[in-house]
Amino acid sequence: MKKKLLSVIIASTFAAVAHSAAAQAGKISDDVVRVGVLTDLSSIYSDLSGPGSVLAAKMALEDFSKDGKVLGKKVEILSADTQNKPDIAANRAREWYDKDRVDAIVDLPATNVALAVMEVAEQKNRITLVSTAASLPITNDKCTATNVHWMYDTHALSVGTAKAVVDSGKKSWFFITADYAFGHALERDASKVVTDNGGTVLGSVRHPFPGSDFSSFLLKAQASKADVIALSNAGNDTINSVKQAAEFGIMGSKQTVVPLLMFISDIHSLGLKTAQGMFLTEGFYWDQNERSRAWSKRFFLRHKKMPTMVQAGVYSAVLNYLRAIKAAGTDEPAAVMAQLKSMTIDDAVIQKGKIRADGRLVHDMLLLEVKKPAESKAPWDYYKIKAMIPGDQAFQPLSKSTCKLVKK
Amino acid sequence: MFELLGITPQGLVAQLLVGLINGSFYAMLSLGLAIIFGLLNIINFTHGAQYTMGAFAAWIGATQLGLWLGNPDITLGYWPALVVVPLLVGLFGIVIERTMLRRLYHLDHLYGLLLTFGLALVIEGMFRHWYGISGAGYDVPESLTGAFRLEGIGLALPKYRIWVVVASLSVCFASWYFIERTKLGAYLRAGTENPALLQAFGVNVPLLITAAYGYGVALAAFAGVLAAPIFQVSPLMGSNLIIVVFAVVVIGGMGSIMGAIVTGVGLGLIEGLTKVFYAPASDVVVFVIMAIVLVLRPAGLFGRER
Amino acid sequence: MDRRRIAVLAALFAGLLLPFQDVIYVVFIMKVLTFALFASAFNLLLGFTGLLSFGHAAFFGAAAYVTAYLCKELGWPTELGILAGVLTAMALGYVVGSLAIRRLGIYFAMITLALAQMVYFLEVQIPYTGGEDGIQGVPRGTLLGVIDLSSDTAMYYFVYAIFVAGFALIHRAVHSPFGQVLKAIRENEPRALSLGYDVARFKLLAFVLSATLAGLAGSTKSLVFQLATLTDAHWHTSGEVVLMTLLGGMGTIFGPVVGAATVVGLQNYLSGIGSWSTIATGAIFVVCVLAFRRGIVGELAAAARRLTGKRAR
Repeated sequence: MKKKLLSVIIASTFAAVAHSAAAQAGKISDDVVRVGVLTDLSSIYSDLSGPGSVLAAKMALEDFSKDGKVLGKKVEILSADTQNKPDIAANRAREWYDKDRVDAIVDLPATNVALAVMEVAEQKNRITLVSTAASLPITNDKCTATNVHWMYDTHALSVGTAKAVVDSGKKSWFFITADYAFGHALERDASKVVTDNGGTVLGSVRHPFPGSDFSSFLLKAQASKADVIALSNAGNDTINSVKQAAEFGIMGSKQTVVPLLMFISDIHSLGLKTAQGMFLTEGFYWDQNERSRAWSKRFFLRHKKMPTMVQAGVYSAVLNYLRAIKAAGTDEPAAVMAQLKSMTIDDAVIQKGKIRADGRLVHDMLLLEVKKPAESKAPWDYYKIKAMIPGDQAFQPLSKSTCKLVKK
Repeated sequence: MFELLGITPQGLVAQLLVGLINGSFYAMLSLGLAIIFGLLNIINFTHGAQYTMGAFAAWIGATQLGLWLGNPDITLGYWPALVVVPLLVGLFGIVIERTMLRRLYHLDHLYGLLLTFGLALVIEGMFRHWYGISGAGYDVPESLTGAFRLEGIGLALPKYRIWVVVASLSVCFASWYFIERTKLGAYLRAGTENPALLQAFGVNVPLLITAAYGYGVALAAFAGVLAAPIFQVSPLMGSNLIIVVFAVVVIGGMGSIMGAIVTGVGLGLIEGLTKVFYAPASDVVVFVIMAIVLVLRPAGLFGRER
Repeated sequence: MDRRRIAVLAALFAGLLLPFQDVIYVVFIMKVLTFALFASAFNLLLGFTGLLSFGHAAFFGAAAYVTAYLCKELGWPTELGILAGVLTAMALGYVVGSLAIRRLGIYFAMITLALAQMVYFLEVQIPYTGGEDGIQGVPRGTLLGVIDLSSDTAMYYFVYAIFVAGFALIHRAVHSPFGQVLKAIRENEPRALSLGYDVARFKLLAFVLSATLAGLAGSTKSLVFQLATLTDAHWHTSGEVVLMTLLGGMGTIFGPVVGAATVVGLQNYLSGIGSWSTIATGAIFVVCVLAFRRGIVGELAAAARRLTGKRAR
């Protein structure tokens, strides 16, 4: 019995080694390029990413080539649900990479999910293209050589919104922060921008996540007499905070409510009546130019909703991943990454984008203001574009990145 | 002016008022749970989902009903919804009781818990599938928009929130009066003590049980309609709340009507105070209290051990 | 009885062969094994002692965090990391158990829930756990300094050995005089008391044993997935383990294993259908409670008994 066990272990180790060696050979590994959309299909991020991200990936393939092929080989788009749990996501990623021979995984809502999957991808030497997760560690101390952080991050969000609001003369800030790492990161990044630009932070309150009643925190914020009440939370927490701020008469008063992260899907479910006048930063707005409008309208026809910036990010990521394979002539991860980092990202979503050594895709961000109900001419006509924030100002400078891949 | 840990007395009063509002939601939800547990011996995990149903039904009535019927002018406003929705959802509860729960009365609590948990997943999943996770907003009714300005303490209190406290506390105390002071209520209480004996006296106990479940569920739906203008109407609104409401029922004493009401309001206040002094702990304070109460007074504050 | 022994040996052997197939992914099997151990540990309490704990995620999660932290941040060897995780769960089990066993039924469940929520709160607040990002990239290390566990196959045999050991321990406990006393407590506590058994001590022992093994499962899981997160400690996980046990068949030895495989499998294979997966899971539980109350293994055993002509129960 014992002998058998030993021989089984030895045999299986050999098998595993042979396995990974086979994956390296050939122009297109196992003759199919598989892109897995690992997203939240059933939990809290399913509206802003979810099925819309899967559709965006499919559209990217259709736009890349009519016959669904790259270098003459078939491309497959797979999708699966993370249920917003890192262990389920990591399990799925391992299975995809090992068993289903997936070459790249895109989307990855929530930082904990993204970090877990990036870790797996690094071990297996496969690619991740993060679109939805937003925390800075993805391109700093947790960065990997096979990852691109596509759309936005907490730094870009806070720089965009906080700087604009401080510059408009609203100097004193109070933060309502979700008590988890993402909320803390947003608060930290935004506070820095506020103080750097001559503003002051009067205080902050941390609420349990997820919350439902924010009135108590809003009262505290109101009592602080700060010019700005900044919301460093996300999703339904932000929606409820804004809704209740309106109820307590804070919206439209001397105090300005500033959500640091909000998606167009959140504005849609909140309604313009409540949301009007808020400033926010996004990486993409469907109505930003001719190309984005054309693409978004096709998206709308199939999804019945306009794309959020992260869904658009998935489109751009998949499209450029396929372009890079074509240009590199192989789907070997290192060659594709080198290609991605050398080319300019240009499509309906992102123009003049550049991918840096730490995996950060640098592109222009948009400072937006939510329209008044009277100004909105059609459904989903929600934003006025106030300013274009150049990529090198919006994102953390490469010199400050703590990523191990950045040569100092 | 004296300040306590950076909080002015005015601020404290304001926070307590906010706590009272949340407390009245807890009271109404835990009251329904307590009635159901008292009579059916079932821990109704679907309660949160039924609260969500109430809110969604109100929203559907206001925005979707007309589209369904092909005439956008047909809407169910807030006030009619306050009556119609609890009736509809209560009816739904009755169907569940008649077709499913009924088969479990002779079994351990566990099975009732599991069945209602499964049902909650199904209901939540359906709303999620149809209306998405972020849900929708529901406007405060015209007549209750705006806020009272309490100039003395520099506080704006939304009219709607005052209405919520008044409405829910009146419903709570009416229910209490009905159960503790009327003849039908006496039957109900007798049913919790000894259903067999009550049956022998010629009272239709199964009908009584069905009605009680329907009433408990209707209360949850009523709370849902009240909550719709305050919280985002979303599939998750109930499941975030349910576990706290459970704790309220346990602290108050399982099956105790007065216990549920008083504890609900009390915990809302305590939670409000926690938000003032150490906000991150406001979710856990309920459980700390529950652990202490159960160790010291096993049957809850108002319960009797059975 | 001999036939039974052959069946067990065959099952053990089949377990050894599992990495040599291409149908089921081996990491998925490891996940099933850790949850099967978790559910079996839980079943020791619910199925054999009649105590419903609604806070078992606390032990599972705490052990996962301790192991992950020690192995990643302090570079402890794998075995010591697991040992420390298990000891943490044991200590925590002792504290929670001694408070909870004073109460019965639903109150017992609620105390365990309350204490587990407090543990969860601590895990959210203290800096060592990395908040909701959790501890990522935990090294699997080398077993006894010899076997490199970063290979999935080697890891599988390690997890398999842990599972078999834990399962054998539970099996042994259930069929020992200790297990008989537990069953006596489940059936009729006053009677067990009147027979002179120190009921409280037995309950506490069962609780601590269950918590310890749940911790072992948690520690192992953190190494398999190389991460520890709040999901492990959330009350949903406590609920999940109840579902696994009931679905598989409470109070049967193999029930929790089957239940764990079913629930984990559902999570994994329904994940393509998105929002329908919640609905499907819910519907399955409703059907189980209404129609198959004994759980999968319980129903199968009853059917087998009917077939062999013996009377059910």
